[in-house]
Amino acid sequence: MRVALRRIAIGVLITVYGVCLAADVLAPAGYATQFRDSPGAPPSRAFPLGTDELGRDLLSRLLYGTRLSLVLAPAAALLATLLAAGAGSLAGYAGGWLGAGVLRVADLFMSLPWLFLLLTVRATLPLNTRPEDSVLITFLLLGLLGWAAPACVVAAAAGTLRGSEFALHARASGVSNARFILVQVLPNLKPVLLAQFWIAVPVFILSEANLGLLGLGVGEPLPSWGNLLRGLESLHALQTNPWLAAPAALLLIVVACFHLVVPLEDYSK
Amino acid sequence: MQVTRSLVKRALRMLLSIVSVVLLGGLIAAGIMQLAPGFGVDARELDPRLNRDSVEAIRAARSREGNPLGFYFRYLHRIAHGDFGVSQSLGRPVAELLAERVPATVRTVTGGVLCGWSAGLGLALLACLVRTGVLDAVSGTLSAFFLCIPSSVLALFLVFLSPPERRVSTSVTLAIALVVFPRIYRFSRGILGQVLLMPHLLAARARGLPSGRVLFLHALPAAAPAILALGGVSLSVALSASIPIEAICDWPGIGQLAWQASLERDLPLLLILTLLITVVVVTANSMASLVGELTPGGAAK
Repeated sequence: MRVALRRIAIGVLITVYGVCLAADVLAPAGYATQFRDSPGAPPSRAFPLGTDELGRDLLSRLLYGTRLSLVLAPAAALLATLLAAGAGSLAGYAGGWLGAGVLRVADLFMSLPWLFLLLTVRATLPLNTRPEDSVLITFLLLGLLGWAAPACVVAAAAGTLRGSEFALHARASGVSNARFILVQVLPNLKPVLLAQFWIAVPVFILSEANLGLLGLGVGEPLPSWGNLLRGLESLHALQTNPWLAAPAALLLIVVACFHLVVPLEDYSK
Repeated sequence: MQVTRSLVKRALRMLLSIVSVVLLGGLIAAGIMQLAPGFGVDARELDPRLNRDSVEAIRAARSREGNPLGFYFRYLHRIAHGDFGVSQSLGRPVAELLAERVPATVRTVTGGVLCGWSAGLGLALLACLVRTGVLDAVSGTLSAFFLCIPSSVLALFLVFLSPPERRVSTSVTLAIALVVFPRIYRFSRGILGQVLLMPHLLAARARGLPSGRVLFLHALPAAAPAILALGGVSLSVALSASIPIEAICDWPGIGQLAWQASLERDLPLLLILTLLITVVVVTANSMASLVGELTPGGAAK
């Protein structure tokens, strides 16, 4: 059952990725193009999901926004995973004071209320920050702040490799520590790193969505799931235009698919 | 005597760890702020009603703050003397704002964490006890559903769906509980599932020991340290979720204050809020691990 769901989830993710990467071809209009005579228009042949209050085609914005979130969230997760791989394998394999030191720093990062930290850094961005820069900074911060928890998991896994027989053989044959970490430890940590990557992606997507809904995420006119969700803020608008919930529905489906890709037992690590 | 001495030693070590993590955490926060491109820029400089002298005065006040590290150490010095500073955006002492807002957040976060834990752990225990595919599927789907919704959207729907007579605090507490619940459920279910597969528990079940007895007397104590360690994490999750939830529900707590301070670029207020939350999270994490060590499962390790 779980395997079947996993296959379906991978299929859905591939489809969503395929569609949003082809946004330039599939989108009926540009994400910032305004149709001033049709603000808040209901779905029609010209606007399949209607338009927002500024007359921008919602389907186009959804496609471009999905592309942005689905490309940058995995990029941030990759950054966090790479940092975790470096720090975790060093801590786990080296052990001793160096390992303890790295784990202390990871503990320190995990103790920081990172959403508060993110708000603080967002607050110090200049008012004239370009939307493209704001989106990169948002996801870069997510990647830089998200390495600590995966690093602890990687360190635990690397620690078990340290005591294994092949590590003993390698040390006995004079393999250097750096070479052993790069050639032996990291490839053996691939399943752990992959699981941590898949766990981080939905976390970053949801963080961006929360920040966007609060007006602290990706700057307009660039669309992202976060600022598209702001269409939900008015109950009246939602009751008259239920298609405004389309970004929320797509977000729910995609995040669920990311969670399904990770085996359940990886959550208890 | 030996046990008391060991406990005192552990408590002192914990206290030292809390102080050092808070100080270093604040330093990291200040360091990251220094790297932000707009550090030192004041939105008031763009106010067209201010003349050149006023803008210069604002710039001079900013430059007096110096770099964020200097600002951080001066700020720590002031805090040590009981002066939490004045909020730039609200023009009120930070201590006064905290006294107003902290009780509101404490009430909702405590309620939310307790409800989330009760639901998550209760459902995980029930799933392990009953061991039917249907219950596992239903509880798994339910937890996955709430795990996939951003906390702000959850808060928004709770506000929409709440009857007018329901108090805002109930919606905030419920939203926090729904954020905490899936994490507790999935982690507890995973850990309990692994513990129940341990050879001595498989043997106990094979010998006909009742499932409830195996679960509550053997599996739960063994899993307790790991599950209790989630106590600090769940508080951290709840406090982070309180920012969007309080902002959406218009609940006058710490989360809403942090959001307002962020929009108004009120750095002193944000720094003190970050430090305050760090203290709470570190203390909760330390307490959780200490309690975990004191459980039979933790003591056995």
